[in-house]
Amino acid sequence: MSRRDEEHRRSVFTRRALLLGAGQFGLLGFLAYRLQKLTLEEGERYATLAEENRISTRLIAPPRGRIFDRGGRIVAANALNWRALLVAEQAEDIGATLETFSHILPLSEAERARIERDIRRRRRFVPVVVRDFLSWEEMARIEVNAPDLPGIGVDVGTTRDYPWAEHLAHVVGYVAPPAEADMDDDPLLALPGIRVGRAGVERFHDRALRGRAGTLELEVNAVGRVVRELDRREGIRGQDVQISVDAELQKAVRDRIEEGTSVVVLDARNGEVLAMASQPSFDPNLFSSGISAAQWREWTRSRATPLINKTTNGLYAPGSTFKMVVGLAALEARAITPTERIACPGHYDLGDSRFHCWRRGGHGSLDLRNALKHSCDVYFYEVAKRTGIDRIAAMARRFGLGVDLEIELPGTKSGFVPTREWRIRQGKPWNLGDTVVHGIGQGFYQLTPLSLATMAARLATGRAVQPHLTHALGGKPARGIQAEDWPSLGLPERDLKLVREGMWAVVNEDGGTARVARLPGNLGVLAGKTGTTQVRRVSREQRERGFRVESQPREWRPHALFVAFAPFNDPQYAISVVVEHGTSGAGAAAPLARDIMAEVITRFRAPPSPAARSAEARAPLLAGAPAGSAAPEAAHR
Amino acid sequence: MTVFERRLLTRDRGAGLLKKLWLVPWSFVLLLCAIAAVGYVALYSAGGGAAEPYASRHALRFGFGVVMMLSIAMVDIRVIARLSWPGYALGVALLVLVAVHGEVGKGAQRWIELGPVQLQPSELMKILLVLALARWFHRASWERVGNPLFLIPPTLAVLLPVGLILKQPNLGTGLIAAMVGGAVFWAAGVRWWKFALILAMAGGIAPFAYERLHDYQRARIQTFLDPESDPLGAGYNIIQSKIALGSGGLWGKGFLQGTQGHLNFLPEKQTDFIFTMIAEEFGLVGALGTLLLLALVVLFALAVALRARHQYGRLVAVGLGVNFFLYTFVNIAMVTGSIPVGGVPLPLISHGGSAMLTTMLGCGLLLSVHVHRDVEFGATRE
Repeated sequence: MSRRDEEHRRSVFTRRALLLGAGQFGLLGFLAYRLQKLTLEEGERYATLAEENRISTRLIAPPRGRIFDRGGRIVAANALNWRALLVAEQAEDIGATLETFSHILPLSEAERARIERDIRRRRRFVPVVVRDFLSWEEMARIEVNAPDLPGIGVDVGTTRDYPWAEHLAHVVGYVAPPAEADMDDDPLLALPGIRVGRAGVERFHDRALRGRAGTLELEVNAVGRVVRELDRREGIRGQDVQISVDAELQKAVRDRIEEGTSVVVLDARNGEVLAMASQPSFDPNLFSSGISAAQWREWTRSRATPLINKTTNGLYAPGSTFKMVVGLAALEARAITPTERIACPGHYDLGDSRFHCWRRGGHGSLDLRNALKHSCDVYFYEVAKRTGIDRIAAMARRFGLGVDLEIELPGTKSGFVPTREWRIRQGKPWNLGDTVVHGIGQGFYQLTPLSLATMAARLATGRAVQPHLTHALGGKPARGIQAEDWPSLGLPERDLKLVREGMWAVVNEDGGTARVARLPGNLGVLAGKTGTTQVRRVSREQRERGFRVESQPREWRPHALFVAFAPFNDPQYAISVVVEHGTSGAGAAAPLARDIMAEVITRFRAPPSPAARSAEARAPLLAGAPAGSAAPEAAHR
Repeated sequence: MTVFERRLLTRDRGAGLLKKLWLVPWSFVLLLCAIAAVGYVALYSAGGGAAEPYASRHALRFGFGVVMMLSIAMVDIRVIARLSWPGYALGVALLVLVAVHGEVGKGAQRWIELGPVQLQPSELMKILLVLALARWFHRASWERVGNPLFLIPPTLAVLLPVGLILKQPNLGTGLIAAMVGGAVFWAAGVRWWKFALILAMAGGIAPFAYERLHDYQRARIQTFLDPESDPLGAGYNIIQSKIALGSGGLWGKGFLQGTQGHLNFLPEKQTDFIFTMIAEEFGLVGALGTLLLLALVVLFALAVALRARHQYGRLVAVGLGVNFFLYTFVNIAMVTGSIPVGGVPLPLISHGGSAMLTTMLGCGLLLSVHVHRDVEFGATRE
């Protein structure tokens, strides 16, 4: 190669090498630009993303508020739930650990499958529940064998405990894991293991009972393992609720009644529910520990419907217990005068139809007071005809019948009172005969025992009290526990007095239909009204053959009803009793009402026992006795 | 350099070892030490604030590498030139060997066990390819290089190993090897239009090549185009890497304070993603500082190339410089989400013995060129 060639080659090389270098540095400059763009221009965005990566906010479940009865007895508590947990990464051999565990506490195939599925689904450092609700003995056995159970540990969670079990199940309700429909804006619901109120007061006051979630800020790594705790903000524990029901009274009532019976006892002055019993009931504790499918099927398919609170969701015709409402509607409409007498020959003829009085021979001539006392049907057939169904329906609604009483039990039925307009909307005529039948509380009425007790309370006090269960919330007295909280019904005292006297005569005068309901001893005077409602029509043929209810199968027998208040001169308590297929109001319902009322009066008249006083100290807010009767001398006159 | 020194080297082939050591540019060695120190700091952090398991081994390997580099620097460039083709043949043989007996790693046959060291022949091949091509063009005049027939053997010499590497399959290294070869062609004076022709042809067959790519390679390209499309899958690495880089800001989160790295959001933080570790903890300042140090190595290679008085040395320096540059560029471009992710380590900083070995081998050859820049070699005289 010549020197010139070499020089040419070298100059080409130099030029090209410099070009190559320039290209390289251009590309490195591009990298510098990229770095600048990422760190300076977009740095803040990436810094935020890095923080989001790093910090995981977790919620801390606050303890659920407790529920107390009016005597300060705990009726819904947070019990400790000891459970065995397995941390997969701490177990050398999960299968071997579970095998050893099942020698100590047997595990079913299904349980093992569930545990293994949970382990597969979660990260290896997340504990998986092996067994819930350990007894002390079971826990001790696990602890003793701990060296042979690598990865197994015992820890404590909480579960809902209902010490009064089935006695208060319909009132207090129960808790269960939230369903899709329960999801609201509360982040608490996303927590594993959280329970929400599913029924009763637990559901109605769920938000207050739940409390507010605390937050825990944790630094986590890429696989979600917690590196350290950054910040902890405690939540607010759920508010305690005190219900107006007296648990011991409730138990006494329930022990006294049989299947198919509902009883509601109200404080007549303010509408507080003192007892609300529906037989049969169920044990809400079974929901806390996870209810079996078989148990659920049994409850939902049973004809006795243990899950349904019949006092709020059972619908019945009121029968003769409705006659006070008819009388008051007639008085207000001036369809009758207080002293006007109507003759009862034992039957009532309207056109071609004949309507019978329950007493075949008839009652003779009666005024309103005595018509109530004897529960004469003919009197009320005539009065209803004169008054008209719409006035009767309007008066019924004023007494809380067929309207939403807004009690703190979700799913409660309002019941139904028919009107002419309703029937016409159905495309059928409203005949005068319909009005006549509805005058004695038969026909299309569908009323709950709760609304009948409300009616009794309103008759007793003349105030539009509404039944309610919340005595105190978060330590503060609930609205509506003073009698003055409730407006007057706007009925003339004279009319009310007349009807009350009729109810007094039912129980306390010779010839009254429910003499059996007189209160024993010095417990005061009770006034009430019986009701017997047919569930099957009695044909003329049967009637002529000498129909006897007792010979009928049980489910064909009439329902027995009784509504009452006491004491007569200073009404404090109202009660309704419905005995399904009880045959006769006087025979089945009235004696129950008497015994329960006696129990109520005795219980609330007695000065608080030392035990109750110490309970008072524990409870957030207490009233040993219903409102306005804390002083013994005021309790009874 | 004095005339006397030059004479010493040109006249006396067996110039003394001490004289050669005198000629070694110690500032360059210092530069390499600085880069390795950056690597040590980053690996110390990647090890969770401990020298084990990465940083200490990194230092040990670098120390060993320096000795190897200086030893190679002492070897006469003409001896190296004479060994170019045998070396090339050895490299190809190793590539064939991994194809047949290599260990399976990450779905590809890339590694070969040589006693205690794992060797990636594809890395070694790039250097051996540079030497072989430089040897071929060493005596070629401008006119000769213009002859297409003359270019056929070196082209085949490039295609053979590149094909073997692509077959492994290792798309990234294969492309880098082809580009390194191309750079030597370019510096040797191959005409512009031939490059244009090759590029046009490559563009033409690219769609068909894409069809033949492996699924994971296609996923990488797709992920590159839209990383957020699969944030927990293939796009995860790019997204987390950008978060780490960007969140560092100007000054960084501080030594050992990088949350992305220490909480393991960064994938392979001690190898491919070590640069993000530096950027997260030392910010833009640290990242640009590191980039500057690496750029100085590229600049040094260029200077060596321009200064050498024989074509072999020039071409070797250019080839090795481009090789080093491509390592650096591809790695940083990859972690900044500028090009598709490929398993390319950052030279002298990433953890890994094979990469350190080949990088130091390259630097040793570069030093040898520099030390022997003035030796009589080839047609420097009439």
